[in-house]
This record gives sequence, C-alpha cells and structure tokens, in this order.
Amino acid sequence: MSPFPRHLLAIDDLGPDGIAEVLRVTDSFVEVAHRTNPKVPALRGRTVATLFFEDSTRTRVSFETAAKRLSADVLSFAAGSSSVKKGESLRDTVETIEAMGIDAVIVRHSSSGAPLQVARWVPDTAVVNAGDGWHEHPTQALLDLYTVRQSLLDRSDESTDDDGVLGFKGLQVVIVGDIRHSRVARSQVAAYAALGAEVTLVAPRTLLPPSLEGWPVASVSHDLDRQLPDADVVSLLRVQAERGSGDFVPSLREYTAGFGLTARRAAMLSPDSLILHPGPMVRGVEIASEVADLPAARITGQVSNGVAVRMAVLFLLLAQGPTEGSLHE
Amino acid sequence: MAERERSHTRPRGALFVARAQVMSASDVQRAITRMAHEIDERNRGLEHLVLVGLQTGGVPIAERLATTLQEVGTTTIPVGSLDVAFYRDDIGLRPVLPEAVTDIAFDLTGCTVVLVDDVLFTGRTIRAALNALNEYGRAQAVQLAVMVDRGHRELPIRPDYVGKNLPTRRDEMVDVTDEGVTIGDLVNK
Repeated sequence: MSPFPRHLLAIDDLGPDGIAEVLRVTDSFVEVAHRTNPKVPALRGRTVATLFFEDSTRTRVSFETAAKRLSADVLSFAAGSSSVKKGESLRDTVETIEAMGIDAVIVRHSSSGAPLQVARWVPDTAVVNAGDGWHEHPTQALLDLYTVRQSLLDRSDESTDDDGVLGFKGLQVVIVGDIRHSRVARSQVAAYAALGAEVTLVAPRTLLPPSLEGWPVASVSHDLDRQLPDADVVSLLRVQAERGSGDFVPSLREYTAGFGLTARRAAMLSPDSLILHPGPMVRGVEIASEVADLPAARITGQVSNGVAVRMAVLFLLLAQGPTEGSLHE
Repeated sequence: MAERERSHTRPRGALFVARAQVMSASDVQRAITRMAHEIDERNRGLEHLVLVGLQTGGVPIAERLATTLQEVGTTTIPVGSLDVAFYRDDIGLRPVLPEAVTDIAFDLTGCTVVLVDDVLFTGRTIRAALNALNEYGRAQAVQLAVMVDRGHRELPIRPDYVGKNLPTRRDEMVDVTDEGVTIGDLVNK
C-alpha cells in the first residue's frame, strides 16, 4: 500500500487505497464520538490552523471540532473575503502561519488552486483543502462516501474484510443540481468513480460545466424522473445563489419543477436508495421539506460523520511519521 | 491475514519470516487453561470480572480465556476489545494506525479488568491501553495477561498472568497465532 499523501488537496491525491484508508480509520473515530469523552490524545502538542478566506461556519466548525477532539491546538484565521485576494497577502498570511510552527493548515479560498499554492509555500505543513473556488472540496465527498458505506454495511449481514468499499462497485449515483459551480460535485465524482461507482450528472444545460472532458462520469442527463428508479444514491447540490447559479436558471420555481427532489419524485426511488445533501439545504428548492425528513435522507448523519471523517484525515496526515523508519518498534 | 493485520502497525511492506516454533497449538491451549485457573484463583468467584483483548493479537486470546473461565467458574465473562492507536506515545515517530474498532459495550466502573495481549515487549502498548481503558469507566482493578513475555521493558509494567517467558533479542519478532507461537525476523519485502 502506498503511503498516505502529505496534503489533501483533491480526491485524486488519495486514490482508491487512500479513500479506503480514510473510511476505515473513520470507523474508529465514530466509535470515539459515541463515548462519554469523545476526545483522544492522538495529536497532543500539534497545532492545526483553519485559514478561511470565504465564509463557512459549518465546515470550519467541523474541522475545528475534529482537531480539538484529537487534542490538537486550534488557531482560527477568518480572513474577510474582501480584504484578502490571491497573491502577496495570502502568501504573507501563510508565511506568518508557518513561522508559528503550525503542523496543518486547513484552507478555504474562493480561488481554485489556492490550497495547492499554499502547499508549495509551506512544504513542511500539511495542507487540507476545505473548498477552493469551483475546484474541489474533498472532505465533503469523503463524508458522503462514508455515509453511503455505513448503510451498505448495515444492509449486508456478513462482515466484510475489504474495508467496506467493494459495495461501491457498480453503485448507481445520481448527482443533481448546480454541477457547474460546485466544487463538491467535482470531489464527489472523483471519489465515487475511484471506488467503481457509476455517476450520472443531472442538471439543466446551463448548470453543467462547458466541458465534461476528463470527468469520470457514466452519463449526463437533463431528465431527473428517468434517472430516479435505478438510483442507489441521489446526491443533491444546492442552487448557489451567492455564486450566481440563480442567473443560470429562469427562476427557482422552474428549477424545482425540473430538478427539485419533490415528494412525487422521491416516491419513484427504490426503497433502499439514499438521499444525500452536503448542506446547507434550501428546503422547497432542491429538496422538498417532507423529503428531507424521510428515513432515506441521511443529511444529519452526514453532519455527524463529517467530524469523524475530518478526524481521520487530520490523523492520517499528521500521525504518519517517517515512512523509511527502522524496522522495529 | 496475519500479514494484513501487521500491515497497519509494522513498517509498510515488512514481512515476518518464522525461524523456530516455541509453543505448539496444544502448548498455547494448556497455557490458556492454566492462566484461566490463575485468574479464577486470584479473583475468587469471578464477580465483576471482564476481559479486554488488545487489537488485534490479544482479542482471540481473550475470547479463548473467557470460554475456559466459563467452564471453570460457570459464569459468563464479558469480553471487549480495545484499540490503543490514538493513545500511543510514538504517534508521528512511526506510522501509527488503528488496527480495528474498539468494542467495549459495557461500563468498566467497579469491574476488575483483565487486559489480554499476545506479546508483552516494551510495555508501551499497555501504557496506552491503561489510558484508553479509562474512557470506558473507572475500573476497580486492572490486571494483565499475556501469552508471551519477551522482556525488554521500557516502562514499569509487569504481567499478572504469563503463558510463557521467552528470552528474545530486541530485533527479533514473536508471532502468536492459533497454531502456536513462533519466533522470527521482520524483513523488507
């Protein structure tokens, strides 16, 4: 097995083995989360910084909770998106952070590639991409996969020795919504495809990227009704008004009519299928309120898995040690 | 399977090559029977006694001890399993990964816990286990049972029940399976 990567910038950094490793280690942190004291001393004395150039309460809180539950010290830099753009000021902030001896930095930025740039500037600090522009948001995809894997494992009676990832082979995943502006979609497609799932993108033409070259998707459709009966997983994306996706559809009502997961559409799903949403969800637009509360919807499960998945990522990045170590303990 | 288990904590790609068998399968069974009787003698009645096997090598031994204890004392002994990865003191010094998920489905408060492992070496795993165990309740007492004590302790820890005392070189490796105990070396693939 290849060593875990130094940074987590995109799903492709992990490959199928790395994804399976994150999911396996997440199992242990889910167990920790169920204890009276959900904290372990694993990263005592390490410092993790969150560097968010774009507002995001839930992702930042999820990462900070994960770091604290690993006993790391947490520094929180919330740079206003207006004051810091790409270039010198990002570099200055990052170098300040490096000078403070930080072990890992979690970066969110409105520019695609900003975390990669940070990783080049501070080679000794582990960099985690918490969402960059329209590029990727790898931990969100990992927690989606973990949520799906949980229900796949619950369903099969026999215990498997394959880290529970074989169930993804041939799984029919339908991703619906604003694919064009979505970093989550890019990470999801890469992650599901890496484990052998078949991904179908469903969106109005205007909300698809200009080119899907290099996207490992099985098919693209503009007809959600036709995709639902065969779907094992329906993953919804928010219509991101703040990123301008509202301008790409005539109206939100029209979007809901064509692509919202209404009660009528939810009834077309097979009983075993799952509904996922990375949040924050807008009830009544991409998902009907009563659908969000169905047992098939794993949206709150996704949130609690988020902390455990991020604990696994931080632990794997920081607890590696030298790979060319001595042979003996 | 043994190789897969090892792949999480040993250096990636290292293989165990057996040199000599030091305990046969029946030696291991006799040791388990003897240790069960010792545990029974010391904890008269086996009341509030629980076994916790360390992942992964200690888990099958804990289960076999519990089976034997049941025959000896006619009470059902709860068995749990504990993974100590997040409590180790060498995180960051070598690749440390959890081997399996901890499974302790009972409160340890007031219980006498017998920690069970296959090989006792530096004692650092047991140190980590004592800390991890605390998260599941405040045990009345903690005892330690190991199949093999190979020496080279780095911490003031000693076992209460020992299957076999086995003098080893520091760079050797001891492998405990259902088929017995072998001594050998770790080599790079």
